[in-house]
Amino acid sequence: MENIYQPLETEVLDVITETPTIKTLVLKPPRPIPFRAGQFMQLTVFGVGEAPFTPSSSPFHPETMEITILKAGRVTAAVHQLKPGDRIGLRGPFGKGYPIEKFAGKEILVVGGGVGLAPLRALLYALFHEAEKYQRISIKYGARNPAELSFRRQYAAWQKIPNVDFEYTVDRAEGDYRGKIGLVTNLLDNLDLNLNNAYAVSCGPEVMLKFVTLKLLSIGFKPEQIYLSMNRNMSCGMGICGRCNIGPYYLCKDGPDMNFADIQKYPDVFG
Amino acid sequence: MKVVKLPKSKVEEFLSSLQDFGEVIIPKEKTEHPGVYYFDVMENPSEMAWEYLRTIIPPKKYLHKPREVIFKFHKEQGYQEVIEDKETKRILFGLHPCDIHGIKILDVVFNRDYMDPYYYARRKNTVIIGLSCLPDEKCFCKSMNTDYVEDGFDLFLSDIGEDFLVAVGTSLGDDLVAERAHLFSEVEEEDRRKYLAFRKKRNESFRLELDISDLPYILDLEQKSPIWDELGKRCLTCGSCSMVCPTCYCFNVYDTLNLDAKSGQRIKQWDACLFKDYALVAGGHNFRENRAERVKNRYYHKQFRMVEQYGKPSCVGCGRCIDACPAGIDVVEVLTKVREGSYVTH
Repeated sequence: MENIYQPLETEVLDVITETPTIKTLVLKPPRPIPFRAGQFMQLTVFGVGEAPFTPSSSPFHPETMEITILKAGRVTAAVHQLKPGDRIGLRGPFGKGYPIEKFAGKEILVVGGGVGLAPLRALLYALFHEAEKYQRISIKYGARNPAELSFRRQYAAWQKIPNVDFEYTVDRAEGDYRGKIGLVTNLLDNLDLNLNNAYAVSCGPEVMLKFVTLKLLSIGFKPEQIYLSMNRNMSCGMGICGRCNIGPYYLCKDGPDMNFADIQKYPDVFG
Repeated sequence: MKVVKLPKSKVEEFLSSLQDFGEVIIPKEKTEHPGVYYFDVMENPSEMAWEYLRTIIPPKKYLHKPREVIFKFHKEQGYQEVIEDKETKRILFGLHPCDIHGIKILDVVFNRDYMDPYYYARRKNTVIIGLSCLPDEKCFCKSMNTDYVEDGFDLFLSDIGEDFLVAVGTSLGDDLVAERAHLFSEVEEEDRRKYLAFRKKRNESFRLELDISDLPYILDLEQKSPIWDELGKRCLTCGSCSMVCPTCYCFNVYDTLNLDAKSGQRIKQWDACLFKDYALVAGGHNFRENRAERVKNRYYHKQFRMVEQYGKPSCVGCGRCIDACPAGIDVVEVLTKVREGSYVTH
């Protein structure tokens, strides 16, 4: 009988510093871990504990997995201490992941904030894999300041993919930054898309998710066209431990990417 | 269902003989606190509190442990599975119908989408022998439809005066009877009448009532009711109600490191949605920061979300939370007032 709580020992191949507060672990599990974009893993740092993270790498390359992590608490601080050759534990994947099959032929609006671009990057890789299947993929991304723009070295390549447009902004400009300034919701003004044939997907801090959702609704998106990455302190990943519920849903099992129509009536959606 | 008769004069012999199967857990009365009961390992059948009311902690503590080591880890060897009491054969004896219903709910929760190996390793080695009871002023199992059990037990003893009627619920229960056939006898017509009389007396003894018809619907309508804020002012969110609840199953998983800084344990421990840090995430955001949100969440989980998910509420009417609440909050009173829309702060 396989123990669903058993962490799979996994080697850290590389640690990439993305921003002053965000690092990406490149992991080599002893066996490939197939996952859908949006599904998450429980990652154990030896002697510190376990916490949930969504891979930021392509679901088409399950033999190495990348997980991009903001230093925010106890486990993530320990993650930031890891070096190539260290070993961590993985279990999962858990959750449903993005309903990518529904996105075929649609305009997909992807809205990210801060480290929220990490789980979205797995989705983007999955979408880019067959970019021609989608009407268009529009990415809007915001970070606090230029130094906190994640995956910045990839933007130019993404912008060159047919059907893809990518825009980013920062809350505060610094140094020689010459790009857009302002909240990510500003990038949603004057959107040129066919609302009847679109889905929006968003991941970021709670406050950003809230205002992105309100903005999307005000533009004319229907709740059922909006998918939000809802993240909580999942402890088991299997819909038992009870830490991640919104209404009748356990985000670990029914999400973490939820259709807004399903969760909008529950008062603790945005905390 | 097969039913046999066990004379009370032979019940201690029956209890002793069960030790051949494994550890026997019985309700005992605290010597220093008369009227307070707890489940514990039987050493002598005379310790059995036949007339006990609810125990402080329900028998779930033997299946979903308050705190258990689930892995030992070592820097070189990784995480090694530990399942506490994996090989222990155990009889939970004297469970009232409410507690059997509680275990039936946990059985489903711990094996819905994934099977919890810790719960089930112990569950499959556990025998359940139920015992009839008479309600006190805090029992409302009759309202929750948990006052009788038709399954979920191996044997069930009903007190009919000089004897117990013993209902056989499983083939294992049948074996337990067959192996001790000399203790049992056939049920006679007079016993049937005694049982019906006992049922009648019991049914008439309930003093606490809760109307649960369309309760999930009413709760859904009352999501924004001021009732929850009022309740939040009274509730201390101490979590006592969760700790004593036969169906509360929330837990946390965390690691502790040994002093050698190379080895340690992964612990699975009861948690409560009422605790302040329950919905706290790294970075400091708390999704249910105020007490009203947390206490409301508990009520909605028990009476609303469980009905949506599993088809029935996860309250079995045992009255433990009423007994345990230091602020005097009574679940029956709260839900009655929600229905009436008449909640006022005390």
